[in-house]
Amino acid sequence: MQKMLNIISNVLRGSANRNGSRVVVASRTYADFTPQATFDIKKCDLHKLEEGPPLQAVLTREEGLQYYRTMQVMRRMELKADQLYKQKIIRGFCHLYDGQEACAVGIESGINRTDHLITAYRAHGYTLTRGGTVREIMAELTGRRGGIAKGKGGSMHMYAKHFYGGNGIVGAQVPLGAGVALACKYQGKNELCVCLYGDGAANQGQIFETYNMAALWKLPCIFICENNKYGMGTSVERAAASTDYYKRGDFIPGLRVDGMDILCVREATKFAAEHCRSGKGPILMELQTYRYHGHSMSDPGISYRTREEIQEVRSKSDPISLLKDRMISNNMASVEELKEIDVEVRKEIEDAAQFATTDPEPPLEDLCNHIFSNEPPMEVRGTNPWAKLKSIS
Amino acid sequence: MASLRCFFRSGRNAISVVLRREFHKTSPATLQVTVRDALNQAMDEELERDERVFLLGEEVAQYDGAYKVSRGLWKKYGDKRIIDTPISEMGFAGIAVGAAMAGLRPICEFMTFNFSMQAIDQVINSAAKTYYMSAGLQPVPIVFRGPNGASAGVAAQHSQCFAAWYSHCPGLKVLSPWSAEDAKGLLKSAIRDDNPVVVLENELMYGVAFELSDEAQSKDFVIPIGKAKIERPGNHVTLVAHSRMVGFCLDAAAVLAKEGVECEVINLRTIRPLDTDTIEASIMKTNHLISVEGGWPQFGVGAEICARIMEGPAFNYLDAPAIRVTGVDIPMPYAKILEDNSVPQIKDIIFSVKKTLNM
Repeated sequence: MQKMLNIISNVLRGSANRNGSRVVVASRTYADFTPQATFDIKKCDLHKLEEGPPLQAVLTREEGLQYYRTMQVMRRMELKADQLYKQKIIRGFCHLYDGQEACAVGIESGINRTDHLITAYRAHGYTLTRGGTVREIMAELTGRRGGIAKGKGGSMHMYAKHFYGGNGIVGAQVPLGAGVALACKYQGKNELCVCLYGDGAANQGQIFETYNMAALWKLPCIFICENNKYGMGTSVERAAASTDYYKRGDFIPGLRVDGMDILCVREATKFAAEHCRSGKGPILMELQTYRYHGHSMSDPGISYRTREEIQEVRSKSDPISLLKDRMISNNMASVEELKEIDVEVRKEIEDAAQFATTDPEPPLEDLCNHIFSNEPPMEVRGTNPWAKLKSIS
Repeated sequence: MASLRCFFRSGRNAISVVLRREFHKTSPATLQVTVRDALNQAMDEELERDERVFLLGEEVAQYDGAYKVSRGLWKKYGDKRIIDTPISEMGFAGIAVGAAMAGLRPICEFMTFNFSMQAIDQVINSAAKTYYMSAGLQPVPIVFRGPNGASAGVAAQHSQCFAAWYSHCPGLKVLSPWSAEDAKGLLKSAIRDDNPVVVLENELMYGVAFELSDEAQSKDFVIPIGKAKIERPGNHVTLVAHSRMVGFCLDAAAVLAKEGVECEVINLRTIRPLDTDTIEASIMKTNHLISVEGGWPQFGVGAEICARIMEGPAFNYLDAPAIRVTGVDIPMPYAKILEDNSVPQIKDIIFSVKKTLNM
């Protein structure tokens, strides 16, 4: 009997994997999981705000498992990218997001899929939360035709619906994000734009120009500074006269959030979204987070910080561990269950990596395509006067 | 009846000039329209036609435009569609590009293209390259417009021509209207185009009036991007120009005609993509090429034209080397006598023609 139940549960679990949701299987009912629990979360520092997000967050078992899974996929995907880069299968720039998972997943859980989001070059995590699949992300990193941008963009230029990349020029995405917010307001669809940048970018002039216009025109824009303490090799103390990034918006209200706690990020995002949607204009969030890798794959990440520091964050503040501990100690999931998720995730990443390394490179015929939208076919000059290449939209 | 010809030289006076072209059939109901009004009409018509179109820039709304190009638009369309920005080129250009990415069709005005240098990263990296980087997922239907090139007495920082800079980049279309018809038709095409288009206007041309044919007065009058126009046919030499220099070439042609030299004057209208075919066909007829531009010589529009002609079939038809008439290779000086001698004058064009024809 037990054997049959196991078979049934395996089958049901197999079919549930495809959309990542969990089916409560008959053989598991003996372990009564807590369906939901309330957690205390850190109070956010406030700037020009009377009240902040709530100090407690409700997490359901379903949500917890989903966040766990997504963060684990993100983590493993980035680590796989590290591996492939060292094998020289990925080349060029590769800025990894491991350590910061709670930010991407937390933000997405606080907004709607119909909202908009734009970020800088550390974008693989956001490409995932905004609807990209691991396969298309990895194949883009390896420069194959199955990549999310057909191999033409690479690590820093991935796009999805309502996700505007992936931007290589530090800070340039911030005015773009405000522009998206302007379009949201103009079109009156009650959507908003989440506009991300790092502690390094926070010193860019165009960001202050954007703060001014966003506040002036009350654009529905959530500015989010992911402060991972280092702009490439420069620590925040060495780069900024004021490291209170949540206050840098001056006339824009701000909050400083624990970016390693997904519930904190989620509640803060919901709070910020409510602020925007009520027509009050932009709001700024600083997420205090940490990246385990260096700035990019060319940076070992230990010349400007100590291994001890990295290890300390990993052991005390890892976002995935924090969530896992919460769920287990509140009987919202079992260790085995989470281990199973880990196994599935590993497989998903392996499959994606397999695809990413075997999918063919883009055809040379594609070289000159996608210059213009909605344009009749045209000729593009090649490397020499006799090379007349074809370009279609 | 002798046709009246005044040659418009200075931008300081807004004297309307009547230019009659004997070779063009003038339809019965033609109108005298200044370039400024043509641009205004173009924007008005496109704002009316498509709700997603809006204009942003410094002083475009309540001031009616720094050069009055957007006069009356704010009154008609209001704050939502005509937006005054703070002095933040990089910021508002980026905002415009973002709005285009999210489904609107912005017209981003730079008070002059000199200030676009502050924002050039947004034009090139955020606008021009995005459709390609996203492999077709993300179009950017935006127009950047404003006065370009030399004006009158505004000195070096306010007189640069950006035709070569922008035309260097794939992913951008670059237009340079001369006449009122050009201005209207090209700007309308630019706004309707789903891609980033840079429209290089000319401040000294804003006040110049041209005949606008019946056809050009229509609300659906567009000029195809990428097609040059032969303003004046001729047999002896091809003069290729864009913007204000087209007028200078026509003036030079009139003087040369008296000496029996018939110049073919080509108005490029579009700098990128360049209409090489029209230029080649003309050279095959005239065997001589002179390009005329207001910008600096090094790596300029003329340099590109000459290179293309060398690489193409028309080279074999040249009886003399192709040459360029350009602005002087210096920052623009202030004093009138110096400024006048920093840009091509009609006599320079005439001189170059005679040299090329060995006269």
